[in-house]
Amino acid sequence: MRKVLRSYDYKLTRIEKGYNNRSLYINVGDLRIEEKEVTQFMKDKFIGGKGFDLWYLWHAVTPQTRWDSPENEIVMSSGPIGGITQYPGTGKTLLAAISTLTDIPIDSNVGGYFGPLLKFSGWDALEIQGKSENDLVIVIDGNKGHISIEDAGDLPYDTHLLTEALTEEYAENEDDKRSVSVVCTGSAAEHTLVGMLNFSFYDTFRKTVRVKQAGRGGLGTIFRNKHIRALVVKFKGVKGNLNNPADVATINRIGVKMHKQIHDLDDKQNGMRKIGTANTVMIMNQYDLLPTRNFQTGGDPEAYRIAPEVFVNEFLTQGIHDGCWYGCTISCSKAADNFKLRTGPYAGQCVTVDGPEYENAAGLGANLGCFDPRHVLEANFYCDTYGLDIISTATMMAFVMECYERGQITREDMGGLDLRFGNSDAALELLHQMARGEGFGLIVGQGTRKMKKIFVERFGADEQLLNDIGMENKGLEYSEYMPKESLAQQGGFALTNKGPQHDEAWLIFMDMVNNQIPTFEDKAYALYYYPMFRTWFGLMGLCKLPWNDIVPADNGRTETPAKVPEHVQNYVDIYNAVTGQKIDKEELIIQSERVYNFQRVFNIRMGKGLREHDSSPYRALGPVTREEYLSREERYDNQLREQQGIDPTTMSLEEKLAATRAYREKQFKLLTDAVYKRRGWTNNGVPTPEHLKEIGMDLPMLLEVVEPHL
Amino acid sequence: MIKVNTRDHPWQEGMTVRGVIEEKKFTFRHLVVRVNGNFIPEDQYEHHVINDGDNVMVIHLIAGG
Repeated sequence: MRKVLRSYDYKLTRIEKGYNNRSLYINVGDLRIEEKEVTQFMKDKFIGGKGFDLWYLWHAVTPQTRWDSPENEIVMSSGPIGGITQYPGTGKTLLAAISTLTDIPIDSNVGGYFGPLLKFSGWDALEIQGKSENDLVIVIDGNKGHISIEDAGDLPYDTHLLTEALTEEYAENEDDKRSVSVVCTGSAAEHTLVGMLNFSFYDTFRKTVRVKQAGRGGLGTIFRNKHIRALVVKFKGVKGNLNNPADVATINRIGVKMHKQIHDLDDKQNGMRKIGTANTVMIMNQYDLLPTRNFQTGGDPEAYRIAPEVFVNEFLTQGIHDGCWYGCTISCSKAADNFKLRTGPYAGQCVTVDGPEYENAAGLGANLGCFDPRHVLEANFYCDTYGLDIISTATMMAFVMECYERGQITREDMGGLDLRFGNSDAALELLHQMARGEGFGLIVGQGTRKMKKIFVERFGADEQLLNDIGMENKGLEYSEYMPKESLAQQGGFALTNKGPQHDEAWLIFMDMVNNQIPTFEDKAYALYYYPMFRTWFGLMGLCKLPWNDIVPADNGRTETPAKVPEHVQNYVDIYNAVTGQKIDKEELIIQSERVYNFQRVFNIRMGKGLREHDSSPYRALGPVTREEYLSREERYDNQLREQQGIDPTTMSLEEKLAATRAYREKQFKLLTDAVYKRRGWTNNGVPTPEHLKEIGMDLPMLLEVVEPHL
Repeated sequence: MIKVNTRDHPWQEGMTVRGVIEEKKFTFRHLVVRVNGNFIPEDQYEHHVINDGDNVMVIHLIAGG
């Protein structure tokens, strides 16, 4: 037994219409444990989930707060719909903190059981503030109404060992293991700024602990900086009515309809139940959208080696329910069982690898030029157990590889690592260095923005080139989609609150292939509607996938198939059925818009959030190098003719590159103008008081921030 | 000349919906096709003839990230 440093008993109460109406505050510095009231104002303006996270974070920090300040908080919350078991994808936890990479709020969402179990344990949100001197474990027992802060003792560091140990410790028996969820990170989170948080759930079919990741923005690094080794919640007795919804019959009816759609249509549509999100790897490759070798091109002839079929046929266990929360029949949390590791501290051991998700295969595979499924799975496993955000890690490593191959840094600069594209051994060794806190891994672990500075100042690299090819915006690394030929997606990455993560807007096909949004106004509408709509999932505790990774059979006959109108109505109906309110699909968007604009103003309060912070690396907009241009020469030459009326046959390659760049940068500027206008912001990206009033967010605390910028 | 997703595309005698999809290398399988605004079911792709001047929309219903 570990030493208990502080304990706290609380009264068990009943959730009413999706809310406990209280939240939990824990300060790991002075070991305070307190309850806070969730007010009607909070519910009206911020709804829950990410909204609650940002509300609490605003009050915890000042403009001077940085990621490692004691007052920085990790806030996590489910949402009013979160935890219902009748509809797929309701188990998300939303998190926020001041990011290690961006100095502004990062938000991240994650599956696993923690969010719903925290809510069923009596808490609509959890704030963790302060900084401990020694490693701690926080334990919340939702059946006993008991919280303890304990010394971490001799618990292991890496995720797969730590989650197993704590699940074993806190479960009363094998059946009880599914009542336990652990939040933790791994050894690399102590040495890098890209540490993520793993959220566990017990897989009763495999009889092993599985993990999902809150990946972006360094949440795991902050967690370890606070000297928290793990956070455990235990709640036994999950059932379909724990939210005590206003109208459970409606939820049941909609849920049955949705499960039938998945059953009947998934195999014909995306095959989520067989391969999960990695189903799109070859589609991205075929449409020139799979980022390859640091986003230089959008595809490679070798991509077939990491095709979905390879993972399905050779690695992923089939026929097992792979939902990361009860009732999710989309079942996309795929896993490779008995995978034998060949490198690192666990070499020779057989493990279960959670994944690969699309981002893992695209980032660790194609973007590193490593078209080897075993490399993808091994790197996937080590990133997870070490607590590394795979998206940032992959994009950072791709940047390093290109810098090396272009002679910007040398093998000596990298401590002898031969980090050229396709060198799996060197890439894996770099991961191990990040975990050990050694060598070049310490530099790479600082993230792309800091690496650029180090490479220029210490190694004499070309600053302009590094700014062009370093795929970060606001300090956060790009996720794994090639945006060069989709102006709307360029905005979907750069004109975001937290940075270039695709969860705000994924418009590549709608824009580039379908050509459904040809004008600036069309694109601006899409960059208004979709970010607002998708923000709503984060207020509710919902996963995005059941919205459009499965669609009704007749969705294509609707006026707006990309919106999936039937599923939007499902969400409206479920929200009303849980909370007893009567919103419509327009109010749904306004609910999101309030929180989205709050986050924008929060960024401004932290000294960012203006137009200059929404700029894009040129690699995301167009071809930086001669090789990139020549690889798609016919396309770019045609664009010079058709878009600019220029005859490319009279131009040198340098002239063509320059003309293409000038045109594309202007297009991005015009897009930015249109998007800001559509969102109700000034030309500098500041929400106007009029717009804030229109959406019911003309709060004095927000007006005080925006007024100096008007 | 026809329009495919609002962009010009050369027309040929006897061209079908399937032919357009293949010429454009639209390999994604979950498509919604409309010709002059009319929905074309997938089982008609082989037979539905495209006429000169037609407006063909081939919408990829891909969920993505």
